Amino acid sequence: MPDRAGVHLAARVHLRLVYAFLYIPILVLMVLSLNRAGLPTAWTGFSLKWYGVLAESPAIVSAVRNTLVVAVSATVISSILGTLLAMGAERLNRSSTLDALLFAPMIIPDIVLAIALLSFFTLLNFTLGLHSIILSHVVFNIAFVCAIVRTRLRNFDHSIIEASDDLGAGRFTTFRRITLPVIFPGVLAGALLAFTLSIDEFIIAFFTAGPGESSTTLPMRIYAMIRFGVTPEINAMATIVMFVSFALVLLSQRIDRGSTQP
Amino acid sequence: MIDAAAPVIRLQDFSKQFGLVTAVDRISVDFKEGEFFALLGPSGCGKTTLLRMIAGFETPSAGRMFLGTDDVTDLRPNRRPVNLMFQSYALFPHMSVRGNVAYGLEMERLPRAEIRRRVDEVLEMAKLSELTDRKPDRLSGGQKQRVALARALVKRPRVLLLDEPLAALDKKLRQEMQLELKRLQHEVGITFVVVTHDQEEALVMADRIALMRAGRIEQLGDPKTLYEQPATRFVADFIGVANFFDGTVAEGGILAPPHGVLRGAVPGELSQGDSATLTVRPERIFLKTDKPSEADNAVRGEVIDLAYHGSDVSVHLSVANITRHLVVRLSGEETYRPGQSVWCCWNPAHARILA
Amino acid sequence: MRSRRLHALLLATPGLAWLVIFMIIPCLIVFFYSFFERGTYGGIDYVFTLGNFARALEPIYLTIFLDSARIAGIATVIALLLAYPAAYAITLAPPGRQSRYLLLVMLPFWSNYLIRTYAWIVLLNREGLINRGLGGLGVIDEPISLLYNEFAVIVGLIYNYLPFVILSIYASLQRLNPEIREASEDLGAPAWRTFLRVTLPLTLPGVAAGGVFMFVLSIGNFITPDLLGGGRVHMVGTLVYDQFLSARDWPFGAALSMTLIAIMLLLLFLQAVLVNRAQRDRGTAHA
Repeated sequence: MPDRAGVHLAARVHLRLVYAFLYIPILVLMVLSLNRAGLPTAWTGFSLKWYGVLAESPAIVSAVRNTLVVAVSATVISSILGTLLAMGAERLNRSSTLDALLFAPMIIPDIVLAIALLSFFTLLNFTLGLHSIILSHVVFNIAFVCAIVRTRLRNFDHSIIEASDDLGAGRFTTFRRITLPVIFPGVLAGALLAFTLSIDEFIIAFFTAGPGESSTTLPMRIYAMIRFGVTPEINAMATIVMFVSFALVLLSQRIDRGSTQP
Repeated sequence: MIDAAAPVIRLQDFSKQFGLVTAVDRISVDFKEGEFFALLGPSGCGKTTLLRMIAGFETPSAGRMFLGTDDVTDLRPNRRPVNLMFQSYALFPHMSVRGNVAYGLEMERLPRAEIRRRVDEVLEMAKLSELTDRKPDRLSGGQKQRVALARALVKRPRVLLLDEPLAALDKKLRQEMQLELKRLQHEVGITFVVVTHDQEEALVMADRIALMRAGRIEQLGDPKTLYEQPATRFVADFIGVANFFDGTVAEGGILAPPHGVLRGAVPGELSQGDSATLTVRPERIFLKTDKPSEADNAVRGEVIDLAYHGSDVSVHLSVANITRHLVVRLSGEETYRPGQSVWCCWNPAHARILA
Repeated sequence: MRSRRLHALLLATPGLAWLVIFMIIPCLIVFFYSFFERGTYGGIDYVFTLGNFARALEPIYLTIFLDSARIAGIATVIALLLAYPAAYAITLAPPGRQSRYLLLVMLPFWSNYLIRTYAWIVLLNREGLINRGLGGLGVIDEPISLLYNEFAVIVGLIYNYLPFVILSIYASLQRLNPEIREASEDLGAPAWRTFLRVTLPLTLPGVAAGGVFMFVLSIGNFITPDLLGGGRVHMVGTLVYDQFLSARDWPFGAALSMTLIAIMLLLLFLQAVLVNRAQRDRGTAHA
């Protein structure tokens, strides 16, 4: 019989190895992005020049701008609709159809959603561009915002709504002064997550962007660069993108948790 | 002292159906100005539903509610001069103690200075002056309870409704708060209607108690009446500890074999031969080792065990024709041992015969 | 009460409408396309046919389905084996620190998928760190082919979805009342029997959920087989992509997509049944 303490130690060591597995590939990219020579794998000295190369590339700059336009618009729309949807869904009776509908965008293979949206837009003769990417991104963003806000609504004591009512507040006042402030951290966390997902999303954007360079987003640009091969510019780009994602996710977590367990 | 006062709230044939279930069944009751009223009953008896209907959170299926002479049955909760203290306290987690207490006055759009004055006043009364800037999650259970109370009281409602106000507190604090609530109620002079499942709490705090069962009021009266003159076996059993002898009505008492006739006042609605129950409280029974006098009721019993409570002792005895053990409460001087055979005696005036 | 329901519906309507217009209707269009014939110039001929589904069962495509299932299956099983002890280790940490450990696991999951996949191109290529490392140690003389094969795809899938599987197992482990495990040991079961008889059965719903989701996300994956398979590994996802963008055979691509969705729904259904049964059997086991 294996010793309990031994098993626990083995599990802890295993966890450290899992962390190594998860983070070493990312760290390697980050280190190589600081490599002076164009070689993607051998260390030749410290340099920030690849970051400069990125900043000077008009294609990258325009892709960043497009990505921000898409992500900000999709986040604003999905945060509002997702929050309202969560509030409505929590008040309706439990319905597995509704749950499935809200869960579907998270689990449906993105290639399927991508071709479905392409078929839809094509059938309607809809001109593709940044706006069609925005419409598409809102689909999965709504689901994530709604899921996070629903968790928050479920954790809150609904008698505070009744208490506000009892103390003389009307419906709108109760929403403005009680419900919204209490769920707001959840909404913000959901919005940040939606923003993160949107700036990183590739396949759906790729299918719904339409032809031409004008609506190329950053992940589409990165995909094209990766197809081209391993280059130090991609390493630099990857480093920046990873840092932005990490920062957003950490911020989102902090906001959501900071208010539930101070 | 309150009997002369007019009712502040009058409920007339109040009912609530949930689907096929009748939660509250045609209840009519008056709450008087300045009284401490308890709605007591086991869980599921409809007391919370009744309270929520008075607050306006549930719409009665039938019946009317009057506040003074005004019919307020259709008024929304935010328009009723009645406030509820929630069982969970329902404090607003993102507001300080002061913010929570001021909220209700802000809804009345009172001038800032007046809000401030009244909030300070009530915080002082609830002994919360030191905690005004704390958020609810940094308060203890007792403090939260006082904030919830202050928040409701600051509105100076005509009636304050309290839903299991002490249920979330531990036993010692609960006993302190019972007296504290009574003191506060006395001080502000507002009618309190409290819902509780704890008979002791109701006995300690309330001026009048309505004991509810299955959506109806089983008995309404002051604590002493409910304890000493229970109208039904359910009341006698729910409030305090009671011993029951089942039998049939006989001349001057009930016939409960093998004990013969146990004497007691037979209520007018019972006639000879009806089945009936005689009930007697544990502290009214005394034990004797030799044959008791003819004046008392007496049954033979065998001591099973003794439970020591500090100031007194309860003795459990096995007695013929009684479903549970007979419980006797003694002041502690006498000693008995398990297995001992004794006479259990009581004055017939202390027994009640119930249908 | 009726007004409350109306109010709730009013709140939910804009969001639900969005999902219906931009998800349900597009998916229905794909569903209908899968029963039509391909047009001469890549369009749709509105003639009913079951040919697309028949074609999906032809050996060449059936093989791709089976390969996809095999690759996704292997990746899922390995991920579950890696995830369980990791999730268990997190539950051993003091409660205050568990959420931080979990966040550290989930952080990569929420970041850019393309880049996480690209990182493995850097590590696995012939000039990459692993080949150089092994060469430097003298384990190999020639660089070995680690990239653009099934191995690379499996590694990529595990890397990308492991955090999610850990999360789902952790969630079920954490809900488990620790006193149940202690009770088993108190009754004389050694640690390993407690694990096999108590802990594992009670956390099986979490294992199933993590496994099914990972399998579903893997079998329909496009980026990983595309980038790490380098055109040599074909999976359903890349096949759908090709039908829409290269071959311009939308009806066939639609039929493939519908088959993928059908597999997904079947697995989710089985998983739901399993979880339901587990909950019914052991309704009180979770604290």
